[in-house]
Amino acid sequence: MKYLLTLCLGLLSGAAMFTAAMIYNPFVADRGISPMAVTDSELIVLSFSNVPSDAIVFTNDGNSQKKPFPEKVLQLWEASIRKSSAMATVMRDARGRTAGLGVKFSSDSERTRLLHGEALVDSVWYLYLPERGSLFIEQFENHWTFFRDVGLPAYQSGAKNWKGNWIGDLTAGPEALGTAVVTGGTGALKGLEMLAVESLSARAYSAEDGPIAAEGRLLIELPPASGDVETAAPDE
Amino acid sequence: MLKTFIVGILLGVAGAAAALYLYPVVDQHREASIVSVGPNGRNIESFHVNVPMDRILVGAHGNNNPLPAGMKWPKDEVLQDVRVELFKIRNARDTVVGVAARTAAKEGSDDVIDWVLHLPARGSVFVNMQAEALEGGYRKGELRAGSREFGQLGGVMTERWVPDTSGDEDAPSGRIELVTTFVGSPEAI
Repeated sequence: MKYLLTLCLGLLSGAAMFTAAMIYNPFVADRGISPMAVTDSELIVLSFSNVPSDAIVFTNDGNSQKKPFPEKVLQLWEASIRKSSAMATVMRDARGRTAGLGVKFSSDSERTRLLHGEALVDSVWYLYLPERGSLFIEQFENHWTFFRDVGLPAYQSGAKNWKGNWIGDLTAGPEALGTAVVTGGTGALKGLEMLAVESLSARAYSAEDGPIAAEGRLLIELPPASGDVETAAPDE
Repeated sequence: MLKTFIVGILLGVAGAAAALYLYPVVDQHREASIVSVGPNGRNIESFHVNVPMDRILVGAHGNNNPLPAGMKWPKDEVLQDVRVELFKIRNARDTVVGVAARTAAKEGSDDVIDWVLHLPARGSVFVNMQAEALEGGYRKGELRAGSREFGQLGGVMTERWVPDTSGDEDAPSGRIELVTTFVGSPEAI
């Protein structure tokens, strides 16, 4: 009997050691510098609040950490869309002015491999920038480092929240350098094929309510000589 | 005793690794696709939106009945001619299979109508519609881009408003019918 108890204790210890090693695996690190940070091309820089209550509308299955907003919005409770979220939000340019509207659909990805430090989310953006045109962005995001550096410390803290300064790229593909694929739909952007990166800057996070102070940013790299789109320098 | 404990640790590590490797962390629910094959091998699939029950958002300048209740549409001048709607979309069996966004806007004298369909287990499509409706109330659009399952496809999508004629008390007022006709791009030899 005591051997059986010892074996069970060993099993639990082993599983706990494995989980700790997986979370703090030094080989799973940030990907370092964003490819957009070293580009010579012109960029469209768009920012948006990543806090659900700052969006025009945010919805999911209603049981997730992020709460739907406004309260009476239709929730995505059906089996096919239960692991998805939808958001419509105002996009701002580098000077903080309204640049257009963005709609983002996200779904947990079946390619998620926690063993490899990949907590993947398949997402698409639709952006409409008045007088410039529309864009479609296809990407998958890796939320692993955000979970490890922000989410987990929030769960572990007594107050169930985290405060600090976390900045990182969420986009992890599908392009080879970990960038998203952008397709121009209408206006000056029509027919253009571009690359983009979505990044996140978090300052406060609650284990119960999700992001409290967080801003997202989309950097869209324009192809050379792509016309008269208002742009920002890479370092702006 | 110590040996048993060490064996337990090793089994625990191996078991946790095997469980993570073998069992998917995310398993999206899949509805069987209802696809018919048209001329030239095109795949035809039909989706629809029941109005008003599948509407998530109706956002437009000067809209006195915002949906959802409590939604505040931005008052910025630049968004004056933009209307965004979010929906749940259903397949031919009337089962919800995804979400979609329809954006209508004015670019100078031109009208812009774009659809994005997002089917979590399959991928997304971005369709740019022609502004003018065709005979029969159809509007036709071209697939501009797609992700995952739809990444290598080309084709068209039509939209049409179909009013309800059943007269049933709990029937929707009508539905937006979306029919996609996609075909794989020929691969370079």
